[in-house]
Amino acid sequence: MKKTLIAAGFAILLSPLANAADYVLDIKGAHAFVNFKIKHLGYSWLTGRFNDFDGKFSYDPSNPSASQITVNIETKSIDSNHAERDKHLRGKDFLNVSKFPNSSFVSTKIEDLGNDKLKVMGNFTLHGVTKPIVIDAVKIGEGDDPWGGYRAGFSGTTRIALADYGITYNLGPASTHVDLELHIEGIKQ
Amino acid sequence: MIKNTTISYGWLSISMHWLSALAVIGLFAVGFWMVDLNYYSEWYRTAPHYHKSIGILLALLTLFRLVWKLTQPTPRSLGKPLEKKSAKFAHGLIYLLMFSLFTSGYLISTADGRGIDVFNWFTVPGLGELFPEQEDLAGQIHEWIAYSLIGLAILHAFAALKHHVIDKDNTLKRMIKPIEEK
Repeated sequence: MKKTLIAAGFAILLSPLANAADYVLDIKGAHAFVNFKIKHLGYSWLTGRFNDFDGKFSYDPSNPSASQITVNIETKSIDSNHAERDKHLRGKDFLNVSKFPNSSFVSTKIEDLGNDKLKVMGNFTLHGVTKPIVIDAVKIGEGDDPWGGYRAGFSGTTRIALADYGITYNLGPASTHVDLELHIEGIKQ
Repeated sequence: MIKNTTISYGWLSISMHWLSALAVIGLFAVGFWMVDLNYYSEWYRTAPHYHKSIGILLALLTLFRLVWKLTQPTPRSLGKPLEKKSAKFAHGLIYLLMFSLFTSGYLISTADGRGIDVFNWFTVPGLGELFPEQEDLAGQIHEWIAYSLIGLAILHAFAALKHHVIDKDNTLKRMIKPIEEK
């Protein structure tokens, strides 16, 4: 009995999650952004974002590879600063938001590359298709905020092929991939 | 004979009626076709531009048409009492559907505050987002009302043909050319 307790105690101590703090994305204060960009005709970048999403992560500065992150995105909140285009993007040619209202990213493994750089592997769901992706992330900073809380923030980028997610509307040969950019700030719980 | 009488429509009512018919059918056909245009189609930008421009002009024409209708004598309707009643109801409904189409179409294109360019002659200013998911809701309503209006227009055409062929009265004739009072 004693041995089991000690073993359990060690297990808790050794568990990498033991020192990891849980953070919730600062959605209320809008200190988190899910942005995208795609080439227009190959001549310029078109940028936009998703306005409604939430997420949380756990992060332990002494053991970054034990971190975990989940982000859920409401696809209908896509905003490219043009109502008619957004309507088209929500429709069947692209996101089909009435059928696929949610998109999500759930990390499965995080590699610490040093110098605050992280390789975040996980499953990304979009348009009803789930595929593994890798997000190149970097910690921007962490510390006390002026209002008694503690915050940590990261940036991450990845590139997905629209066809991988069953979105095959022809935007031209230069516009087959979308760059996703995540700029997030979490408030320690 | 520009003006209406109690037995016939005048030239102004007749021209506005057929111009509207042409515009409604054209707008429906273009609308039906343009939503599936490929991004690289040469019409991808021009077809919606023409659709919106003609739509706004038709809205203005219909406003004037309604004022004209309300200030002019209405030719006596022909047929059985129930036919007269349903004709009046259907005509009212056609106007209602048309104005719903103008409104919903306007709400799609102006949901972000952008105005609508009418043939680059002038711009109808946008009012911005008046309710959430405006462009999507207005788009769905626009589509369904368009189908309803075309359905009603077909019924309208069959009713006119019925008057012409079966009842052999002047209902259709007086919408082609004014009938002089004797």
